[in-house]
Amino acid sequence: MEKLQDRFADIGEFIPQQDDDVIVCRCEEITKGEIRKAVHEGIFTIGEMRRYLRNGMGLCQGQTCGKMVKGIMARELGIRPMDLTPATARAPMRPMEMKILANDRSGD
Amino acid sequence: MKTTTDVIVIGSGIIGSATAYYLAKNGVDVIVLEKDATIGNGSSSRNGGGVRQSGRDVRELPLAMYGVKNLWPSLSEELGMNVEYHQDGNLRLGKTEAHLAKLKQLADNASAVGLDVKMIDGEEIKKICPYMSDEVIGASWCPTDGHANPLLATLAYYRKARQLGVQYYSSVTVEKLGLVRGKVRKVITSEGTFETEMVVVAAGIGSRPILNSVGIDIPMNPKIADTIVTEAQAPMFWQMLGTAAADFYGHQTEHGSFVFGGGSGHETYAKNPEQMYSTSITASYICRAIGGYFPALNDTKIVRTWAGCHDICSDGVPVIDRIDELEGLVAGCGFSGHGFGIAPSAALVLSELAMGKKASIDISGLRYNRFKAKA
Repeated sequence: MEKLQDRFADIGEFIPQQDDDVIVCRCEEITKGEIRKAVHEGIFTIGEMRRYLRNGMGLCQGQTCGKMVKGIMARELGIRPMDLTPATARAPMRPMEMKILANDRSGD
Repeated sequence: MKTTTDVIVIGSGIIGSATAYYLAKNGVDVIVLEKDATIGNGSSSRNGGGVRQSGRDVRELPLAMYGVKNLWPSLSEELGMNVEYHQDGNLRLGKTEAHLAKLKQLADNASAVGLDVKMIDGEEIKKICPYMSDEVIGASWCPTDGHANPLLATLAYYRKARQLGVQYYSSVTVEKLGLVRGKVRKVITSEGTFETEMVVVAAGIGSRPILNSVGIDIPMNPKIADTIVTEAQAPMFWQMLGTAAADFYGHQTEHGSFVFGGGSGHETYAKNPEQMYSTSITASYICRAIGGYFPALNDTKIVRTWAGCHDICSDGVPVIDRIDELEGLVAGCGFSGHGFGIAPSAALVLSELAMGKKASIDISGLRYNRFKAKA
């Protein structure tokens, strides 16, 4: 979302939905309702949402739920999913033991 | 779009958002302008979360001590959101006699201005934190230090400020400040001109060009900082950790993961530090360093690495001040990589300065015009 964002933009009231208790992020157990509610509390970007609720911050780093979170947020904000910048991918690709990651120098 | 207000805060990080909150609490009308799409996407969300008084320069110690005594303990309640503040002490660890001498010097300096810091030996360390390696022979111990969650604390200030009516605009770049009859009255941006009575510049490293536009320069440079995050572990210890060797720092979060930062030694020369890319050698270095203090964590998995960018002031402490020669301008920047812990008190003071009041905490060592040539 590179366009100017008015943080008081009217996105309407939070309306509870039947499937709000469905878990979207399985690693951190974050529900659809929590994500929708956070948007109404001013959480407008994927980066903010991850920091606010911890979705996508667990073992899979959002590889499972990233797209779904984006779709839910875009619908709530009334914008297209492609207007939301995805989260930065972060190394390592798979969780790695500290003793392995520490061993990057040959001959030690 | 609202373009006129009492105070414009440039930067939505924890300094800017907390300043906006304290102003709004006093009935002041505020607009916050953020260059990035995301609120607090600079150092505010990219730091180790230390709420520490020990090891600080005496010039910023009054802010640190005031915050720990008066602001941090009630912050979650005040902002209506858990910022995960823990006050379980800070251990600064040493492995050699030279380390201990350095720690003792820091502890003595802090004790002299009334902070409770003392040196403890290996046995006493193990009573506080049983996972410590035998290589650690001593530490400085400050029981009133602690840590909080910087991601949540930053967004908590933003959320509360917004609830109080502070208008935020993100993805708007400040190009320059504008003067009217010698007073700062305009903020000229990529989205047009905003008009105000007072500007607070709290834009981290981005503060320098903004202040330059009205002839004020604060000598600071960007410096990269790398961090690693582990998978969640059962609770092990709540202390904030640092080392005399400055090879790593960190703590376990309420969520269970550990957040550890550290430096390979090449940070000052990293390419494009403001892009905040992780460097290739640092995560491995931090893992090796931690293995030397906490062998129990060797099998813990790293799930994520990230980097941030410090705004390093030439003398290592921030500028928190009203600009004398220009009416309507206050600066809070150059926090040099240790701004999170003092953010609430620094922002409280910035809000006082922006309201034309006297600072209620001693900031006499943090003036903008203190940078003189060496004698």
